[in-house]
Amino acid sequence: MNYQYHNTVVTLVVSGIITSRMTKKLPIAQLEVIANDIREDIIHMLEHAGSGHSAGPLGLADIFTALYFDVMKHDPQNPDWDERDILLLSNGHCVPVRYATMAHAGFFPKKELLTLRKLGSRLQGHPERTRLPGLETTSGPLGSGLSQGAGVALALRMDKQLTRRVYVIMGDGELDEGNIWEAAMLAGKEKLNNITGIIDRNNIQIDGPTELIMPLEDLKGKWEAFGWHVLEINGNDIEAVIDACEMAKAIHEKPVMIIAHTIPGKGVDFMENDFHWHGAPPNHEQAVKALHELRTLGGKIRSEHE
Amino acid sequence: MSDMYLADITGKLQSESTRKGFGRGLLEAGKRDVNVVAACADLTESTQMSLFKAEFPERFIEIGVAEQNLATVGAGMAAMGKIPFVSSYAAFSPGRNWEQIRTTACLNERPVKIVGSHAGLSVGPDGATHQMLEDIALMRVLPNMIVIAPCDSVEAEKATLALAADKVHPGYLRLAREDTPIITTSKTPFEIGKAYVLEQGIDVTIIATGTMTYQALVAAEKLYKDGIEAEIVHVPTIKPLDAETILKSVRKTGCVVTVEEGQINGGLGGAIAELLAENLPSPMRRIGMKDHFGESGEPSELREHFGLDTKHIRLAAHEVTDKKDKRG
Repeated sequence: MNYQYHNTVVTLVVSGIITSRMTKKLPIAQLEVIANDIREDIIHMLEHAGSGHSAGPLGLADIFTALYFDVMKHDPQNPDWDERDILLLSNGHCVPVRYATMAHAGFFPKKELLTLRKLGSRLQGHPERTRLPGLETTSGPLGSGLSQGAGVALALRMDKQLTRRVYVIMGDGELDEGNIWEAAMLAGKEKLNNITGIIDRNNIQIDGPTELIMPLEDLKGKWEAFGWHVLEINGNDIEAVIDACEMAKAIHEKPVMIIAHTIPGKGVDFMENDFHWHGAPPNHEQAVKALHELRTLGGKIRSEHE
Repeated sequence: MSDMYLADITGKLQSESTRKGFGRGLLEAGKRDVNVVAACADLTESTQMSLFKAEFPERFIEIGVAEQNLATVGAGMAAMGKIPFVSSYAAFSPGRNWEQIRTTACLNERPVKIVGSHAGLSVGPDGATHQMLEDIALMRVLPNMIVIAPCDSVEAEKATLALAADKVHPGYLRLAREDTPIITTSKTPFEIGKAYVLEQGIDVTIIATGTMTYQALVAAEKLYKDGIEAEIVHVPTIKPLDAETILKSVRKTGCVVTVEEGQINGGLGGAIAELLAENLPSPMRRIGMKDHFGESGEPSELREHFGLDTKHIRLAAHEVTDKKDKRG
């Protein structure tokens, strides 16, 4: 798979099938730089806040970059645009990555990111829709995002708004919640093909590895049994995220669940794959170390793609 | 009061369940507004959503036995401009899905309308598991939530239309299973947030909600014969509470009895006690469930057994008037 750039027209070659998008889409290399910048902002925000979750937001940076800078229809100047796609973050504790991505996309000034978790901030510890335009819903208590996504999808279908989609991002630990599976049954029954679910399969939750706390496997088989079409991808590969979201639009008979395998804490080696970083922020020393590594990585990405 | 256009409660009253009134109200709301939608957790006939479903099948979603999903699918539909009514038995919704209602409807400010049928003791023989007595308390503590317990099927119909017209607030509509006397008429006023003086009196204020308002009216007739003129204040909207009407009445009478078919802790009794403690401390008795569960039996038997019948309302009115007189 490769990308060729002809001015603003991106030609995508997938398994011999050539499609064209008349868009102003950014090259993958540039998206990777954005994702790295978002990771740096997450470190700054969490250090400044003195509390919050590190691992999940860092692991999700590539997925959020793909969604906001390529996949989704949205307008930062008009967050309530009535043709936009809807993104619901079910695992609300990962909201720092959403805030950072929205700031980069132009929803609000980047300097506001450092107000995270402070009194009077629009950037609450867990997202509150009514405080910040563009958040779509209020979340934090786990397990309710997919149901709301089903509600959005049903309303879109009733209103015959067939070009809009709803994206729901869930954590893997969150799948312990029964509410998720109630939604899974409904979406399967109603064949809600306008939902794209994305599971952040990073294998950790607060008390430890998911497979020790409450095993999820066979995860793909579970979703298929509930009537979903399942795609498995590397969730830290922006191109793979974009391709999977495009593929999902072509599945007509079922809702689509993307199991996105990610590395928790991605980009900061001492945080990667360590469940202790699920719910902890870096202190100053750790933040300096993390930022140094991310900046070095930034150099690496540029050198690889230039 | 003549301007309340009540039925003659000393005569032969027609009976119907409040859920029937809701069913008619929802159908009418659906005709008035294309954005009114409905979802049910496998109790479509019981909650009387069947009328809406038959008329607007494309705007009705069968959720199955999944009340957490019921509330949150509602929040999702509301996000897209719908006015969703979601129904089940009150024991399950809002009994089981309180956190989802709190986060995705109340904090999220989405106008999901929770319809809890078979509330109170009225589900009778089904027993304590299904007799929802804590729903008023559960819903009343939630910011943004409207809580309504209509007194009869006619008022239930009006309350449904009023909730459908409110495109901002989430709401809870408390309904009963059994047929109860119809005491209001189509001309009787109803507005969210208003309490109504159904009968004027000077000796004691009896504040009632839901189908127990009928019991209060009957008790007032008996009290009149005892030489006590009771003022009956019907409070269909427990939240927001009409403090003005309630305080005005208690200022006049000097004592109060509350009447409800639910836990007095946190229920209407709790709400009135809070209001009066801060504004107008007065001799008070609360008729309702007193920190215990129900059991199987016919609704009328249960009301008598647990002290929720007219006899106990009458006794409580005597107690508070005596206490007031001793103080005075």
